[in-house]
Amino acid sequence: MTVDAVRLDRRVPPFGGFTLTYLRIELARKLRNRRTLIFTLIFPVTMFLIIGYPLRDTPLTDTPISAGGPSVAAFIMVSMAMYGAMMSATQTGASVAVERAQGWSRQLRLTPLNPLVNVIIKMIAGMLLGLVAVVATYIAGALSGVELSAVQWISTGLVGWLLASAVFTTLGLMVGYLVPGENAAQVTSLAIVLLAFIGGLFYPVSGMPDFMQTIAAFTPVYGISELARAPLTGDGFDVVALVNALVWFAIFLVGTVVFFRRDTKRV
Amino acid sequence: MTSSPAPAIEATALVKSFGAVRAVTGVDLTVRPGEIVAFLGPNGAGKTTTIDMLLGLTAPDSGDVRVFGMAPRAAIAHGLVSAVLQSGGLLKDLTVRETLDLTASLFADTRPVAEVLERAGIIEIASRKVGLCSGGQQQRLRFAMALLSDPGLLILDEPTTGMDVEGRRAFWNAIRADADRGRTVLFATHYLDEADEYADRIVLMSRGTIVADGATSEIKNLVSGRIVQATLPGAGTDPALVADLPGVEEVTVQGDRITVHTSDSDALARHLLTRTAARDVEITPQNLESVFLALTSEGASA
Repeated sequence: MTVDAVRLDRRVPPFGGFTLTYLRIELARKLRNRRTLIFTLIFPVTMFLIIGYPLRDTPLTDTPISAGGPSVAAFIMVSMAMYGAMMSATQTGASVAVERAQGWSRQLRLTPLNPLVNVIIKMIAGMLLGLVAVVATYIAGALSGVELSAVQWISTGLVGWLLASAVFTTLGLMVGYLVPGENAAQVTSLAIVLLAFIGGLFYPVSGMPDFMQTIAAFTPVYGISELARAPLTGDGFDVVALVNALVWFAIFLVGTVVFFRRDTKRV
Repeated sequence: MTSSPAPAIEATALVKSFGAVRAVTGVDLTVRPGEIVAFLGPNGAGKTTTIDMLLGLTAPDSGDVRVFGMAPRAAIAHGLVSAVLQSGGLLKDLTVRETLDLTASLFADTRPVAEVLERAGIIEIASRKVGLCSGGQQQRLRFAMALLSDPGLLILDEPTTGMDVEGRRAFWNAIRADADRGRTVLFATHYLDEADEYADRIVLMSRGTIVADGATSEIKNLVSGRIVQATLPGAGTDPALVADLPGVEEVTVQGDRITVHTSDSDALARHLLTRTAARDVEITPQNLESVFLALTSEGASA
């Protein structure tokens, strides 16, 4: 083997080190993690089939299904799809902080990779898996006889996916920086189940007792799920829901920045 | 003094405190391209903090670091410096090869993954999950990662921790071969024989500052000669017995036991055994360990 001298004229990679190789490996990691697959793909589809499918002939609104009104099954379908996207986003956010606690981020700082680009790559991978969850649940819905207009299919799916990703990636990041460690993902998964129940993801808020309805309107799942399901009823979206979503997103974002700063001071 | 190529490392008046703990109290260090430098010091001497500052992982409170004339972060982005750190974590769910594929993808130019796998001696475990690798194998993976960018400067913090004897030898052979290609190497170690055997230059650090810095042979000669110990009956009570000894540079007496620093241990031993009642004579050469102890012990002036 001929050895050439070590060269000192070097290039810096473009885009802060963003590469499709990293994105591909990040996706592969998710797809072979059994727990991630169960929570983000299998759980939503199964829950839709158990809860939503039997209600495919029950109208959601006063408009009968025969007259083009949405069924309760459609409501459950959108909710479960969002649940999958939320799970994927939260675990992604938490994993950034967990990998930081494990020293992997420190290892990455010995490479040209920009730390923000690292988070972006992981967010994209998390969103792609979330999109798979949404599409899988919608396919299960379509095969089960859920009928929506093309605009409804796309708008509910897109809004649910994007909102769930934005709000819950930041929630995951915040919790991860607050309690770094393997437990962060499990803690947040449990919290999301509770938040999903009280926020009306599995059960319409309008069917809850009055005081529960009031509480629900202040919880983080409420806003984004109301917004995502707004196209189903055709009523347009509620300003309260929009404010709820924006406020929670801001809270999680500020929390992430604050806890991240506290975390870096320690190192 | 600086000649035309920029020094591999140029650290000036580095100071770093963590709260009330003054980890580094003033480090000046210039390393020329191609040198192999050992960084020696007891735990808490500030070696790791200094290395962190050289790599831009920790910002100094004051002072400046240049790596090949650049800020550390810029040097890393150019692939000019890489490191094997004790604290660097790995993703347990990736395979060895995936870890290297990922790392390689982040640099503009790299050596082939197959080549670094072979050089680090882990080609046969390339498809193994990192979580199933032993500590020594993970350490060799970190080494392979550091080789990917073919860096001009390689910084190693206790690099052979967890490696067996065979792995350690292969590791140093690889480092040596790289140095011949012009790679600069700075390594922290607590294996004094490693520093002695593989470094051109030794930098001794104690309590946040550099207490000695020179060629390995110079550091070893700092305290030259040998130590002769013997039990000399009456030494504790009769100073004349000790004063008569030849070739004495420094002597300590505890009871009848004398410890003598000497440049001519043969003459001293002959004298002790033929002209005195001395017994239990022991002769030990100065080694890096004793140099190290002399320089870094309490109250030593360097």
